[in-house]
Amino acid sequence: MSLKPTARHIWKNYDGNPVLKDCSFSFEKNGIYVLTGPNGSGKSTFLRICALLEKPDKGEVEYSSDGNPVSNGIELKRRITLVLPRVGVFNTTVFKNVAYGLRIRGMQKREMESRVDAMLEFVGLIHKRDQNALTLSSGETQRLGIARALAIGPETLFLDEPTASVDVKNTEIIENIILTMGRKGGSTVVVTTHDREQAERLNGCLLVMKDGRIDGAGPPS
Amino acid sequence: MKASALMLNPELLEIILLSLEVSGIALAIATAAGLPLGAFIGLKRFPGRGVIISLMNTFMGLPPVVVGLFLYLILSRSGPLGFMGLLYTPSAMIIAQSALAFPIVISLSHSAIISVDPVIRQAALSLGATQFQVTAAVIHEARYGILSAVVAAFGRVTAEVGAILIVGGNIAGFTRVMTTTIALETDKGNFELALALGVVLLAISLAINTALHVMQKKGMAR
Repeated sequence: MSLKPTARHIWKNYDGNPVLKDCSFSFEKNGIYVLTGPNGSGKSTFLRICALLEKPDKGEVEYSSDGNPVSNGIELKRRITLVLPRVGVFNTTVFKNVAYGLRIRGMQKREMESRVDAMLEFVGLIHKRDQNALTLSSGETQRLGIARALAIGPETLFLDEPTASVDVKNTEIIENIILTMGRKGGSTVVVTTHDREQAERLNGCLLVMKDGRIDGAGPPS
Repeated sequence: MKASALMLNPELLEIILLSLEVSGIALAIATAAGLPLGAFIGLKRFPGRGVIISLMNTFMGLPPVVVGLFLYLILSRSGPLGFMGLLYTPSAMIIAQSALAFPIVISLSHSAIISVDPVIRQAALSLGATQFQVTAAVIHEARYGILSAVVAAFGRVTAEVGAILIVGGNIAGFTRVMTTTIALETDKGNFELALALGVVLLAISLAINTALHVMQKKGMAR
C-alpha cells in the first residue's frame, strides 16, 4: 500500500503577496522527489500545504491509497510527516524526542524502545541516546529530526531544506540517509533544496519551482 | 534566650505551622485556578486577551495593604460577605494570600507558555499530534517556567504581612503567623525572636529555591 499526494490548483498569499499561483503536481510513484528552485519560489509553502500543516487559500491536496481517496483527518496526518528546516527539539533526551511520535500513538514501551534505537542507529546518533537533545550540533539536530520522522514509519515524508544549516560532513550523512530511504522504496520522499548539485546527487525526480508553480519535472540532468 | 531554644517553644511551632498551612493552601488555590487560566491565555487568541494580560501584570504588583483593605470591607459585618463570619480567621488570610498570588501565577505561567518556541507546536503537529497533544507538548516545554511561577507566588505569600494583618488581626494562637509575629516583636523591641523567625522564613525560602534549582538541573541534564 502506498500513499500518493496530489496537489490541485493551489493558491497561497501571505499579506497580499502571492506565493503559490495555481500550483499542481501529482506524486505518482514511490521514491525520491527533489523540489528545487530559488529562495522565495514557494518550495517550503508548497511542502507545508502538501504535508497538511497549512491550508491553501484556493485549491486542494488529496491523498490516495491504491487509487482510492483517503479522507483528510488525523489518521491520514499520522501516515505522513514533514521535517522542518528548524527541527523543533523538545527539551528532553534524544531518545524521548525520537519516541514522541510513537508515544502519542500509544505504542508499547518495549516496541517503542527497539524502534527508536534502530532509528538512532540508522542516523548515527545512538551514542547520544540519553543526552539532552538541546545540546546537539545543528547537523545532529537535523539527523534527530529525520530519525523522529522515520520512527513513525511515514508513507510520505517531506524534508524541507534538511541540509540548509549543516556542515559538509553532516550534509553527506543526511544525503546518504535520504538515498538509503529511496533505495528501500515503499514510501514517497519529497526533499526541497536550493542547491542544484545536491539535487543531482539525490538522484530523484527533479521538480523545478518557479514563480509559485512547478515549472518542470523530470529525471535529474 | 537562644534561637534553638526559641524554636522548641510550642507557641512558636504553632505559629510556624500556621504560616505554612495558610501559605500552602493559598498557593494551592492560586495555582489550581491560575495555571489553567495562564495556559489558556498563553495558548488561545480571543478578544480582550491583551486587556487581561495587562491587568494581570498590573495586579502582580498589587500593594498588599490595598488588597487587605478591600477584603476587610467585603468580609466585615456590614460587607457583602460579612454573613460568612470570615474576618479575623485563617480563612480570610488564605483568601488574601490567594488574591495576591493568583495574578503572579497567571502572568508568569502565561509568559512561560508564550516563550516556548512556536516551532515546537509545528513539530508536534507534523508528527501527528492532536490539538490536545500539541497543547500538552507546549505546556511540557514550559514546565520550568511554570514551576518558577509557582515558586515566585510562594515567595509572595510567605513574605506577605500587610493584607493578613488587616484581615487576620494577628490574634495570638489563632491568626498569628511568622510575618505578623516578626512585625509585632520588632515593634516591642524583641529583636531576638523576630530575627529567629526571620531565619526560619529565609530557611524555608532557601529550601524551596534549592529544590527548584536541583529539579531544573536534573531536567536539563536529561
